[in-house]
Amino acid sequence: MLPRLCLLAAALAIAGCAHNSTESALEVGANQVQLRQIQSRAFDTTDKAKTLRTVIATLQDLGFVIDKADLELGSITATKLDGYALRMSVTVRPRNAKQLLVRANAQYQEAAVTDPAPYQAFFGSLSKGMFLTAQNVD
Amino acid sequence: MRLLALCCLSLLVVGCQTGIPEDALALKPDSLERRQLESRRFIGGKEADILAACSGVGQDMGFTIDESETKLGVLVASKTREASDAGSRFAMAVLFGANAANSMDKSQKIRLCIVVKPVAGKEGQEWVVRATFQRMVWNSYGQLTRLEGLSEPELYQQFFEKLSKSVFLEAQKI
Repeated sequence: MLPRLCLLAAALAIAGCAHNSTESALEVGANQVQLRQIQSRAFDTTDKAKTLRTVIATLQDLGFVIDKADLELGSITATKLDGYALRMSVTVRPRNAKQLLVRANAQYQEAAVTDPAPYQAFFGSLSKGMFLTAQNVD
Repeated sequence: MRLLALCCLSLLVVGCQTGIPEDALALKPDSLERRQLESRRFIGGKEADILAACSGVGQDMGFTIDESETKLGVLVASKTREASDAGSRFAMAVLFGANAANSMDKSQKIRLCIVVKPVAGKEGQEWVVRATFQRMVWNSYGQLTRLEGLSEPELYQQFFEKLSKSVFLEAQKI
């Protein structure tokens, strides 16, 4: 009984993460709305360039090296190497006449980061740089 | 047998775990120190001229430009170089065999990002230039052996010395 159980457990361990790899391209998280909330904050400013510069400075403070930056698109992509690879994209776009929406999504090694805690830490750091409060969005 | 069962079970449990370190996106106590190491303040000049000088210094150091966004003061460059010299690889091969030599670091890609930012309240007059280096290292088997940011003070001192000469402005510590 035990050897069979072992075999089953081993097979499960090996096959546990296996899935059609091309499906990854179109996969959306289990709860897209919730994930968007976790990854987004609103700031009371309309200065897109200054916000993007603050995002860049914050990422540098966190040990990232910038990969790409685009003012028109309002996007920054950066990578942190510290025994691991953490890649992050941050976009800034107008939310309404008085606010900008900042959205960040991170990829740790080869998996998307969906845990709220790292995003809270990131927006906490960004708030300090912006001298503004990061507001949750619905 | 029990040990085997335990191993299989633990594999099952940790199989899909890819935990991001808790402090990966939080400011650390040494963040300010790193910022000071990686930054210098320049008084005078124009942002675009300073960024152009940065790209010149990068080229002097053998970097090729990958990306730039002058409107945000960002410049990204990289270079690929050998990670260990041929002499030490030969010595390892003689002393410990080909496998040992192959497992030594072979090539590395060094990335450099330079960001020019106006000093708050002194826009158009003073600038902070921040340079950050990081590298990826591979061994002869093509395996990634190191992923790290570079924090050697000499690296930054040399970079800013070259930049000061290039822009004819004195780099001041922040």
